[in-house]
Amino acid sequence: MNIDWAHFTPYASLTGGIILGIASAMFILLNGRILGISGILGGLMPPKLGDTWWRVAFLLGMFTAPTVFHAVMPVEWVTAPRIDAGVLSVIGAGLLVGIGTRYASGCTSGHGVCGLSRLSPRSLVATLSFMGAGFLIVYVLRHAFQG
Amino acid sequence: MLHNNTFHRISEFLVGLLFGLGLMLSGMTDPGKVIGFLDLFGAWDPSLALVMGGAIAVGFFAFGVAKKRTTNFFGGVLRFPNNTQIDRPLVIGSLLFGAGWGWAGFCPGPAMVSMADGQPKALIFVAAMLVGMLGFELMDRFVHAPKR
Repeated sequence: MNIDWAHFTPYASLTGGIILGIASAMFILLNGRILGISGILGGLMPPKLGDTWWRVAFLLGMFTAPTVFHAVMPVEWVTAPRIDAGVLSVIGAGLLVGIGTRYASGCTSGHGVCGLSRLSPRSLVATLSFMGAGFLIVYVLRHAFQG
Repeated sequence: MLHNNTFHRISEFLVGLLFGLGLMLSGMTDPGKVIGFLDLFGAWDPSLALVMGGAIAVGFFAFGVAKKRTTNFFGGVLRFPNNTQIDRPLVIGSLLFGAGWGWAGFCPGPAMVSMADGQPKALIFVAAMLVGMLGFELMDRFVHAPKR
């Protein structure tokens, strides 16, 4: 195995992960809900009476994050995201993620973080499946057809 | 004293903000980093394992506490998923999701944060994702899809 030390960010990623855990903890203990992004968003497609505003409040909070992040973080610590996929790939991938997460009732947050945290066998199967598919597709795109 | 609903909306907003900050700090909003983690046979970036590990370490304790309770800290309902079935929709859906995740390097949360950060491709991704979600919802209503 060949580790990409240049891009490896152990401290930021571990700290970020702990923050994600704290947010998930607050959501179940304060609001009594599982913090799952695809579920929170998917429940608005279409919106249902009496089940909308908590979703909107959460999403607005999330949309505020970049502004706060850039205000707080020193500029030299912030790296620009590498979005290499072309527009058609981005559309295809977005469709797959939208359909797949709703069909599976969860994504990286609901199944990956919350589900594994509460030791749900169902979420373990989901996580292994999406991780497995992710490893496979990256292998195919990056290595299978390279001479 | 604040109205109970107002309090909840503020709390949801703040948790969403915290979650978005965690995603940005962790590197999840950088598709290059996500694909770097999924690229086991190339230059492998293990960062995402630490993101998951850190989140689950905290979550494990929080859900341990939550499971022993019947209400949340403010006396409201604790909504735990009641579906424990490992079925075809779970596996097929997750495989489709994983394929899309590895293809562009975005999952739903980071894509929306990245969109809010002004990335045009994240906006396109989110638009396609919403179409996918709505399409699934409509399909689910018309075709009698297996119960999720």
